[in-house]
Amino acid sequence: MTTMTRPAARRKLAIDRFRERRSLDRAAVDRFLARHEVPVVEGSRCTFVHRGEAEQVQLIHRTVGLPEHLPLARISGTDLWYVVVELPEGSRFEYQLEVAIDGRRDRFNDPLNHRLAHSPMGSTSVCFARGYQIPEWTQPHPEARPGELLELMVPSRALRRDTQVSVYLPARFRRTARYPLLVVHDGEDFLNYASMRTVLDNLVHRLEVAEVIVAFINPGDRLVEYANSLAHARYLATELVPSLEADFPLLGNRAGRCLMGSSFGAVAALSAGYRYPQLCSSMILQSGSFVFTDIGNDHGGGPVFEPVVRFVNRYRAAPRKVADRIFSSCGVYEPLIIPNRSMVHTFETAGMSVRYVEARDGHSWENWRDRLQEGLSWIYPGPQKYFYE
Amino acid sequence: MRHPVILLGPQRTPALDAVVHSMDLDGQIATITAGWQEREPDDEELDDQLDGRGVNLSLYERWLDVQERDQEFAAAERRLRALLDDVQQLYLLRLDHGLRAVYDVQQHGDPAPLHANAVTEAIEAVRVLDEQHLERISDVHNQFYQRWPPHERPVIAHHRAEVARLLEDTAALVITGGHVGVLVTTMHLFNVSAALDAPVIAWSAGAMALTDRIVLFHDRAVQGPGNPELYGRGLSLLRGVVPLPHASGRLLLEDGARMSVFARRFAPARCVLLEAGTRVDTDSEGSCPVGTRVLATDGRVSVLEAA
Repeated sequence: MTTMTRPAARRKLAIDRFRERRSLDRAAVDRFLARHEVPVVEGSRCTFVHRGEAEQVQLIHRTVGLPEHLPLARISGTDLWYVVVELPEGSRFEYQLEVAIDGRRDRFNDPLNHRLAHSPMGSTSVCFARGYQIPEWTQPHPEARPGELLELMVPSRALRRDTQVSVYLPARFRRTARYPLLVVHDGEDFLNYASMRTVLDNLVHRLEVAEVIVAFINPGDRLVEYANSLAHARYLATELVPSLEADFPLLGNRAGRCLMGSSFGAVAALSAGYRYPQLCSSMILQSGSFVFTDIGNDHGGGPVFEPVVRFVNRYRAAPRKVADRIFSSCGVYEPLIIPNRSMVHTFETAGMSVRYVEARDGHSWENWRDRLQEGLSWIYPGPQKYFYE
Repeated sequence: MRHPVILLGPQRTPALDAVVHSMDLDGQIATITAGWQEREPDDEELDDQLDGRGVNLSLYERWLDVQERDQEFAAAERRLRALLDDVQQLYLLRLDHGLRAVYDVQQHGDPAPLHANAVTEAIEAVRVLDEQHLERISDVHNQFYQRWPPHERPVIAHHRAEVARLLEDTAALVITGGHVGVLVTTMHLFNVSAALDAPVIAWSAGAMALTDRIVLFHDRAVQGPGNPELYGRGLSLLRGVVPLPHASGRLLLEDGARMSVFARRFAPARCVLLEAGTRVDTDSEGSCPVGTRVLATDGRVSVLEAA
């Protein structure tokens, strides 16, 4: 006998119940907005709304798989516009609104949504779909002792400039101990937009990540230095790391070094390891801009990607061991998801151990922040297994 | 001399005072809080539980002093640590394959007798690996101590003498939890077991450090369940017991198959659960009283009954 259960009736969305009201005056819109947090998240359906006179309102985003411009519909008799988007559980969705009035188009963050995501390019509104929560370890914890951040200037002949490096020392730093090293590309952005200092304090405090010295480095011309540049690789291998190992109590061996980067920063890390295989034993590569072509040269990335594509094509043709272990992550909503998935096999072919993680997120600093626990605790596991309080 | 060894559950809600009163101890009580590392001196609450009779042996502070004042030894100790880390990594690599084989065979199923034998043999292979690892670690330690005899290092000898003096008239030794590796290292370095002639009360990492084989375990780590691993030998003041502090918080006790492998792997040692409120009165031979909660070889938590 087969038992069948009737599927639970799908509850009407708040916006649909609102639309069905007989009287839709200004006060009704006021009450609707006062009652609901915007976007209105109901199961996997998220209702985005905008209020105001306009000829057209669109939701703009960069999530792969959805039309880039999602038009909002006006509810007749009101100045309220809406669109319902299905967002799978656990999604983070960044967006802006584009409003056309009198032939002019203005793009801005959703004034009805207080949640913002920040990046060097500015801010965007963000919708937390059902099931997404900001990880608690990204927020300051009163019991986590803060590490120290030192500002250094490391002169570089390779890069022909002085480089500014922020060095994180863990809370219980001792000169007589020896620490592993993590070099983070786009360091200032990781500190500012991925809360990396707080994350390190918390994860070290929670014993999930080993006490580690972290060098946050910053590019000059990012699209040049991080796009498979020999000068940058030489800077890392022959200037920065030796300088840090001379000044700080570091393990000073390949096993005790890790390079990390996101987007172009991931290319810079991979490229440095490719040129200097003895530099580090592990890498954290987030949403790497590993754009390649299998045939022809239409990669769609524009001129700045040319050196990257040449490098990645060469690497994929003859994969080489650049480290022992690679933690790789990518958002499933970013255009780089296919290249990143493809690279997992390439890395494994070269004999490296790969931990690959995907998230329902885009090419964003908060995506990279949210993967830090998994990445750092895999590369430099903390002493949790030794602690029994 | 056979002294009582009392194992307690985690002391988040302290019950040490009641234990001490029940033992009718006179005089000062030595304490080791080295597992707390830089928080070692924060022992006011512990001392309150001991009616102000606690004397902290300050082993972590002494170890830091050795790091500062005998830098040659400290550097050698760091090299030892690095070598032991390498040995441990190689062991973990092999252990991962060994345990995966056990779990795979375990899930393979029928036919029953053939299957049971295969599981037993797979576990036996892991037990052999464990033994080899313990021997290797012992060899590395022995070579280190031959090359760097601690008693010939003036700074260490000085601290050893002080620790021995403090332990001379102690009514008992209390060892708290914390970092089990730090506890074992400091207790070995300052020769605690040689100078000790008193009952011991210990919990969490302190309990683990007393044993002849320290088993690290964490099934609920960020990266998923880790393989229970042998870390090395403790003080061997307690034999035949694998203490499992915070067992329900750290182990997948509901996974009977996994727990069965755990218990069979370390048998005949008893895997003793040390949860909040637990008190197990034992001795150096690891005898456990009726009522002790242990992990049985069938993977279930059972309670020891009268023979």
